[in-house]
Amino acid sequence: MFPGARAFPEGELTLMKEDPQENEKSAAASVLGPGAVPIVLRVNGETHPLLVEPRTTLAEALRGSLGLTGTKIACNQGACSACSVWLDDLVVASCSILAIEVGERRITTIEGLAAGGRLHPVQEAFIAHDAVQCGFCTPGLVMSCAALLAGNPHPGEAEIQTAISGHLCRCGTYPHVVQAILALADAKGD
Amino acid sequence: MEAFQWQQARSPAEAAALVTQTTAEAMLTLQGTPSAQQAILVKAGGVDMLDLMKEGLVNPRRLVDISRLAELQGISREGDDSLRIGALTTLAQIAAHPGLRQSHAALAQAAAMAASPQIRNRATLGGNLLQRPRCWYLRSAAHHCLRKGGGHCFAFAGDNRYHAIFANHGCAIVHPSTPATALLAFHAQVELLHPQGQRRQVPLEDFFVLPEADMHRENILAAGEILTAVWLPPQIQTNRSIYLQVAEREAFDWPLAAVAVVVDLDAAGLCQRASIVLGAVAPAPWRARQAEALLTGATINGKTAEAAGEAALAGATPLAQNAYKLPLLATLVRRAVLAAAALPQDPRAS
Repeated sequence: MFPGARAFPEGELTLMKEDPQENEKSAAASVLGPGAVPIVLRVNGETHPLLVEPRTTLAEALRGSLGLTGTKIACNQGACSACSVWLDDLVVASCSILAIEVGERRITTIEGLAAGGRLHPVQEAFIAHDAVQCGFCTPGLVMSCAALLAGNPHPGEAEIQTAISGHLCRCGTYPHVVQAILALADAKGD
Repeated sequence: MEAFQWQQARSPAEAAALVTQTTAEAMLTLQGTPSAQQAILVKAGGVDMLDLMKEGLVNPRRLVDISRLAELQGISREGDDSLRIGALTTLAQIAAHPGLRQSHAALAQAAAMAASPQIRNRATLGGNLLQRPRCWYLRSAAHHCLRKGGGHCFAFAGDNRYHAIFANHGCAIVHPSTPATALLAFHAQVELLHPQGQRRQVPLEDFFVLPEADMHRENILAAGEILTAVWLPPQIQTNRSIYLQVAEREAFDWPLAAVAVVVDLDAAGLCQRASIVLGAVAPAPWRARQAEALLTGATINGKTAEAAGEAALAGATPLAQNAYKLPLLATLVRRAVLAAAALPQDPRAS
């Protein structure tokens, strides 16, 4: 569990309030925190009420409060993309976004890709093409590749390389990742 | 990251009234004292702000979030054919904008080469222009450097391979913005909203501050001012532009050297105007005036492009470890001038 992120306990809402002194002074938009603040996150089609401090990143809230540990934190500064998730339809680094600023936007994590007990085609292609070694960067890479295919069912090699250009993989799986997605792009009938 | 308060601004004016310091001011500390948790700072995409906060380089009492303000988003064509880019427009939106890719190709190219897809989806143009430099001594909490209010620049005797080769007296940061190189080549202006409600437009050239003028800031933004938009003046229809950079990694990396070139050619192929701006080599985007003068009124060919590349180096004062940037720049300028004029690269010269 990360500091500042925890599951939402029943009846604790009353403890969490805005700072009345600050709000009186500004007579403006509410001042929240620095203690935990109630928010609602929409993750993988489910709605989760949570308590988070303003400093809690989305990656920390996902992994800590919600137990969605498929999203990995590696560099924690937006330089490796291991923590990639979808914010609505955009791939973003969840370590570089605060949970409190997500608002009504939909979050999709690696746990939300499989549907009806079946892996997402990108996950199947990663397995078929041995695009995984240690696996730490893999959830992020899968999120980038699935987002690419959602917007462009038949990407070429250069487009795939651009789509995964933010990811660091110390095992060097890049060529197998590109092969996996190229195979998928060719196989798609539409 | 230290705890802080959160406030979502409902308008740019409200944010301007709430914010007490610029990020640069909040990073200034006396020798050896940790930064006090007093400032109320503005946050847009938050990419750089969260980095600085995680490193403990800035420790605000409160963040005022402007990232959801609709009036600061988007690209619009204004009455006189100027383009207005809202400060919260993301680098990804700029890179993908069909109109910009036509009329301001170098800007779209520069935005596409900055950072990673994940960061481009969040990083705003305003935040990109206002991010703090990437000098590793500035970014290290263990080094109390000149730019943070200390008494010493560590780069001169230290590892200065990525530092400035122009205007590097006293402090040798390079300006970290990739789009800024292209924006300056298009003579862009920034729109600033004052806490009292006035708006002013400042040419980008006058917005940036060199170390010799003030070591503690990269721009003239005042406390409480909000950068609300970037304006691009109308372009001559026939303008051609290109942005090129060299970096250690092609996938995504900070450039070692970069150039944006805009040329206006007349029907006879004569260069009416040349705008040549260098990136990652000076504390601000660096206009190569001698190279511009050399091309103005000239025919662009392999010879004049090569001469422009050499002229772009005028006034350089490289440090112990970064003289390698000189040939990189000369080559980039030559290639960019030829490409902007849609001429083939001369294989004998490369």
